[in-house]
Amino acid sequence: MNVITLFFYLFSGVLIASAVMVVSSRNPVHAVLFLILAFVNAAGLFLLMGAEFLAMILIVVYVGAVAVLFLFVVMMLDVDFAELRQGFLQYLPIGAVISAIFFIELALVVGTWQLAPEALALRKAAAAAPVDAMNARALGRVLYTEYVYFFQAAGLILLVAMIGAIVLTLRERHGVRRQDVMRQNARGKADAMSVVTVQPGQGVTVQGVKRKDAAGQEV
Amino acid sequence: MNTVISPVPALGPALPEIVLAIASLGLVLLGAIRGDGAKRLIDWIAILALVVAGFILLEGQGRVSTFNDAFVVDGFARAMKTLTIIGSIAAILMSSRFLTELKIARFEYTVLILLSTIGMMMMCSANELISLYLGVELQSLALYVVAAIHRDDAKSSEAGLKYFVLGALSSGMLLYGMSLVYGFTGSVTFPTIAKAVTGGHGSGVMIGLVFIVAGLAFKMSVVPFHMWTPDVYEGAPTPVAAFFATAPKMAAVAMTTRILIDAFLPIVKDWQPIIAFAAIASMVLGAFAAIAQSNIKRLMAYSSIGNMGYALVGLAAGTVQGVEGVVIFMTTYLAMTLGVFAVILAMQTGGKRVETVADLAGASRTSPALAFVMAALMFSLIGIPPLAGFFGKFYVFAAAIEAKLFVLAVIGIVASVVSAFYYLRLVKVMYFDAPAPAFQVAPLEIRGVMYAAAAFVIVFAVIANPIRTMAAAAAKSLF
Repeated sequence: MNVITLFFYLFSGVLIASAVMVVSSRNPVHAVLFLILAFVNAAGLFLLMGAEFLAMILIVVYVGAVAVLFLFVVMMLDVDFAELRQGFLQYLPIGAVISAIFFIELALVVGTWQLAPEALALRKAAAAAPVDAMNARALGRVLYTEYVYFFQAAGLILLVAMIGAIVLTLRERHGVRRQDVMRQNARGKADAMSVVTVQPGQGVTVQGVKRKDAAGQEV
Repeated sequence: MNTVISPVPALGPALPEIVLAIASLGLVLLGAIRGDGAKRLIDWIAILALVVAGFILLEGQGRVSTFNDAFVVDGFARAMKTLTIIGSIAAILMSSRFLTELKIARFEYTVLILLSTIGMMMMCSANELISLYLGVELQSLALYVVAAIHRDDAKSSEAGLKYFVLGALSSGMLLYGMSLVYGFTGSVTFPTIAKAVTGGHGSGVMIGLVFIVAGLAFKMSVVPFHMWTPDVYEGAPTPVAAFFATAPKMAAVAMTTRILIDAFLPIVKDWQPIIAFAAIASMVLGAFAAIAQSNIKRLMAYSSIGNMGYALVGLAAGTVQGVEGVVIFMTTYLAMTLGVFAVILAMQTGGKRVETVADLAGASRTSPALAFVMAALMFSLIGIPPLAGFFGKFYVFAAAIEAKLFVLAVIGIVASVVSAFYYLRLVKVMYFDAPAPAFQVAPLEIRGVMYAAAAFVIVFAVIANPIRTMAAAAAKSLF
């Protein structure tokens, strides 16, 4: 058993175990953390296959963005999972029946599966992996030439998604005091201070600080 | 190191789309810097970009393709893209004052219309499954957002959400069908699929085809995938509903025609019953369900379902004449629908917008021009010669009869007669009922669209020949 095989079983074992934990753990935060573990191990499997770019993308996108988003959602929305699970047993019989049917169907499909004789030849005929280029370069070479149309179209779709999210959720709030660096810098001594000559024994009355609000009115 | 870089694909055929993409990117920036105050400027720049894109489009000749044949521009694509662009221009023109009144004039609306127009043009030009799907998604995503643009209004949000959920479902069906077709034919490009299905095909292709047609039927709002249409039209702001009823329909019919003719023409006998069924169901439902509607927007939703049915009659023929009929029909449909929605947008009494049939009562006395335009459009929608609607229906039914689809043609004509009831009811309400409160004078751009549509509908008989020649050339480019 060489090192690669060893790592393959290590990664797959941890992957499957953490996937089971995602579904079965009671605490949703734990579930998300196990999900992250599953993603990292899947990335490890990609590395073993020589797809280092996909491995890194998996970690950056799925762990860095998607899983963290899940974590935010789980922690911010106070979902009472115990309550959601109530009545779970009630649906067990019908669920069991449906999954039994599903398994039988799957067994029938897999049992009678036949590979077309040409299919294996097709697999061999697939384009050979470029030997002189790393993953990222090989992907980039086709993404920006052969598939540039799809790539750019996908970019436009993402732009629409971004604009849409902003249009539908962003609300301009009025009466919010924001930091305005320009105004802070432009503020001179005269606006901020007033020199008062204090007569002995009389004290000072507070005059208040003059400043301008967003509309330029003095308050 | 000897890296082999493939040559940069020719960008010329996609120039109109590129112009629109650059314009929309620039307008996003302009809007972000200048804020919603620049909405009017952005509207005009967007319209200018659409006009420029249209002219570049019509400059082209013959059939050109680029991006490894994923993107093709031929006579058919040019015709349908021109219709799409006209619909988008009208949607931007008619919206600006309406949205300002509702205090939802946001520059993103215009940008989203532009982006969805790019998606529609991609749909018209798609020559393979992947580019088709990307076009559909670009178009639909922008439309979901535009439907919900009046986000503080429960109905508008409902319309957006409903459209989004059902649209996602239909995209799923479309993708599933595509994956089956790809799996069983081994290709995603239309010409190769056509070659693969010639002379016998497995049931896998058939199932895939059914799923693809189901997904496309949703985008065209054809029975049995029409449920979202009335709710979305009623809930969305009126200019948005006008947009939904025009431009996306052009693109959806264009891509359906292209995929069925270019990729599946060899198995026309297999898809003909599906399309014929959808056509019959749509025509019948459009005719009967609209009878009970009191809201004109809902009525127009059912009317558009019925009209899509008529368009499918031409497609079901699967012949050059059929596609020619579809192009002519969609041209007349575009003009009539834009006109009716302009009339709805002109219905405003005492600063309040109204949109029920009863509000039109006696319009012939209070606003005769509006009533005349509406009556002309209604007669055209029924299909009374010599108005435009007659020619649209005539060519699709003639194609169906030539293809020996007699049942289809007869049911279509019967449905057309039934639908005359509710179109004529509008005319009767306008001309013979006691007047309701008079309408205010509509803004210039609304009147412009209204009169242009009415003029087109009335003089169509004169220009029918050149339009028919163009449609015939467009149809021939597909075969």
